[in-house]
Amino acid sequence: MRTPDEAPRRRITRGSKSFRRLSGGLALLLALITVGFAYAALSPTPQTAQAAAVDPEMIAAGKNLYMNSCITCHGANLQGVQDHGPSLIGVGEAAAYFQLSTGRMPAAENAAQMPRKPAFFTPEEIDQLGAFIQANGGGPQVPEGQLRDDAEVAKGGELYRLNCASCHNFTGAGGALSQGKYAPALSEATNSEIYAAMLTGPENMPKFSDGQLTPDEKKAIISFVQMNKETIDPGGLPLGGFGPAPEGLIAFLVGMVAIVGVTLWMGSKA
Amino acid sequence: MSRLTTATAKPGGSMASKALDGADLRYHNARPLRTQLNKVFPTHWSFMLGEAALYSFLVLLLSGIYLTLFFDASMGETVYQGVFDKLRGVPMSRAFASTLDISFEVRGGLLIRQIHHWAALLFLASMMLHMMRVFFTGAFRKPREANWILGVLLLVLGMAEGFMGYSLPDDLLSGTGLRAVSAFILSIPVIGTWAHWAVFGGDYPGELIIGRFYSLHILLIPGLILAVIGLHVALVWFQKHTQFPGKRETEENVVGVRVLPTFAAKGGGFFAVVFGFIAIMAGVFQINPVWNLGPYNSAQVSAGVQPDFYMGFLDGMVRVWPAWEPRNIFGHYMIPAVFFPAIVGATVLMILVGAYPWIEKKFTKDNAMHNLLQRPRDVPVRTALGVAFLTFYVLNLINGANDIFALKLDISLNVMTWIGRIGSFVFPLIAYVVTYRLCLGLQHSDRAVLEHGIETGIIKRLPNGAFIEVHQPLGGVDEHGHPIPLEYQGAPVPKRMNQLGYAGKAVVGVIKARDDTGLIHHEALDAAEETGNGGTNGNGGTSGALRPRDEAGTHSGH
Repeated sequence: MRTPDEAPRRRITRGSKSFRRLSGGLALLLALITVGFAYAALSPTPQTAQAAAVDPEMIAAGKNLYMNSCITCHGANLQGVQDHGPSLIGVGEAAAYFQLSTGRMPAAENAAQMPRKPAFFTPEEIDQLGAFIQANGGGPQVPEGQLRDDAEVAKGGELYRLNCASCHNFTGAGGALSQGKYAPALSEATNSEIYAAMLTGPENMPKFSDGQLTPDEKKAIISFVQMNKETIDPGGLPLGGFGPAPEGLIAFLVGMVAIVGVTLWMGSKA
Repeated sequence: MSRLTTATAKPGGSMASKALDGADLRYHNARPLRTQLNKVFPTHWSFMLGEAALYSFLVLLLSGIYLTLFFDASMGETVYQGVFDKLRGVPMSRAFASTLDISFEVRGGLLIRQIHHWAALLFLASMMLHMMRVFFTGAFRKPREANWILGVLLLVLGMAEGFMGYSLPDDLLSGTGLRAVSAFILSIPVIGTWAHWAVFGGDYPGELIIGRFYSLHILLIPGLILAVIGLHVALVWFQKHTQFPGKRETEENVVGVRVLPTFAAKGGGFFAVVFGFIAIMAGVFQINPVWNLGPYNSAQVSAGVQPDFYMGFLDGMVRVWPAWEPRNIFGHYMIPAVFFPAIVGATVLMILVGAYPWIEKKFTKDNAMHNLLQRPRDVPVRTALGVAFLTFYVLNLINGANDIFALKLDISLNVMTWIGRIGSFVFPLIAYVVTYRLCLGLQHSDRAVLEHGIETGIIKRLPNGAFIEVHQPLGGVDEHGHPIPLEYQGAPVPKRMNQLGYAGKAVVGVIKARDDTGLIHHEALDAAEETGNGGTNGNGGTSGALRPRDEAGTHSGH
């Protein structure tokens, strides 16, 4: 039985249920907006410099090249193709630059590892493809300007021996990895290629982000690698920079062959 | 003049002869010295390989003395401030810094360092070739077993000495090798940890090991090597050198050149040649460029690290050995996989090699004295065993650098590992069978020539239409015109008409403009006939004539 006093009067009064609901909703909205602003203000800016003015024509030209040369293995939407090629979303211009300028891409065959070969694309085309890749998911980019710091070469050597020598050898001569993979020789690598490789970790190489090796440290390492090739290495023919194995071979092929030759000659005279 | 004083002989002759007379008067040394200087040594080329080892050891001593003047064997830390840009400001041990200084700032330091290292490689390499010569010709047989053991000891001492020298610069390459040896020591069951603590004075790398190695490397081990070389050569001297059988060479004599003047002059000249080759190599080929490798730091390691070649087989066996770790022995003990190839394998190999003279004696029951050498073909089992062992050794030497082979030849490293594993069993077997058959084939070939003569290359048609090749019999023909078979005497048999002197002058030689390898020196042959030693015993009749000796002496000392 209901009394008239209990008629459904839905007046919104202070302290009523509806009032509490409305104010709660507004408070939540305000909090969310605040958090949103705070997030926008505090969230880190992307690590890489944003391409200030990406020419849409470049991206279009890159897309055109992509559709002709890359789509088979990397897919129409850069999503990758099972057993053929990885996704390229977010790999960044640096990865595209490394793979294309060292000729590793386009690949000749699906092997344990892609070998270095003469670049298939011209530098302009590589830039266009890079712009296209960058426009689809962003990613690391090789910075402009001087990429070596010759004053820090000794520090670069220490960093190289700590981070790089275990695969690329003391002298950058390269080294074998398991199952036919390998760390290539650094004899032909340019400054930007080494920088891009450290940033993007191509194939079996680990990535060395700017958190692991700061840009200054990367430049010191590049300086060490390049100076190893440029400066005179005293002592004679370096025998490939592989140490005792070729030295032992030379000891037998040159030293012992010469000595045995002389014993033969002296023996025949006796 | 008193009755008690001896009348002095009237001095005569030159100053030198007077001085020598004086010495003989006082020390009575002329007669023993004459005996020793009249000693005769055979002249076969392969007998000079041991000399090559001796001379490279002398080069090692000379160059090593120079290096000790500048090397600082301390693991104390210093910061490099020298002339080499790429390492300036890098913290390193004083040993490494002084190696850099020797390389860049000491006058001639880099050349001497490289001479020292190349001489070390050639020392070990020529010891190995010398050992192969002794093995394949059976020179280790009674009465020379002890000298075989001394030789094995020299090889092991040489390996230890070389390894320590390789470790001294304290660079990243040798430090990695030292870490491997530290692991080998640690892997020994029960005593491993304590043995490691005894060697390194604590955990790896500690602060003592370079100093300890230095004392051993420059004093103790070279002293031991010198002492053992002395014994080794003394035994050759007193037991007489072995020789190949020939026209005049028998079990009872030694045919060759006297110590003075020929042998001594030859030895001196050969020392100069060996030193010269080592110096040329040191000038042309870079060796162990420690400045490219950097100072040792146990946090760092490089790809493609191997030891010097004489330790390579050990590293190779370790690389291909499967990761078998026996666990939970006597409760909670385990044996690391590296123990089996590095400690057990190396020990077993060394015992086998050292005990070979007795192993062979056990099987052949041959306990006779042997002063004549054997041709490898005449002992097929030993030759085949030796080649099988060498195959195993060389394969594991390759295994020790299998990552470089994988990289350079585009082979998967895993495939290289399996080639090494399976090949360690299969290749020696194949080598054994192939060598054995080759030895038998060479024996057949010798015997065919002794029985039927040398193929002349002249094809003759018989009246019945058959074609035969005319053979030149070596031992004349009987009344039916058949060749008289000759007995094999363990000496080389002529196989070509050239070697009998039939070639004339028309044939173009490989090295010289004309091939005169077969020319007979008739004067020498006649001279030999006149001395009464010229009885032709088949093979010896021609081969002996081909090796006339201007200065030949016979020494019967057995």
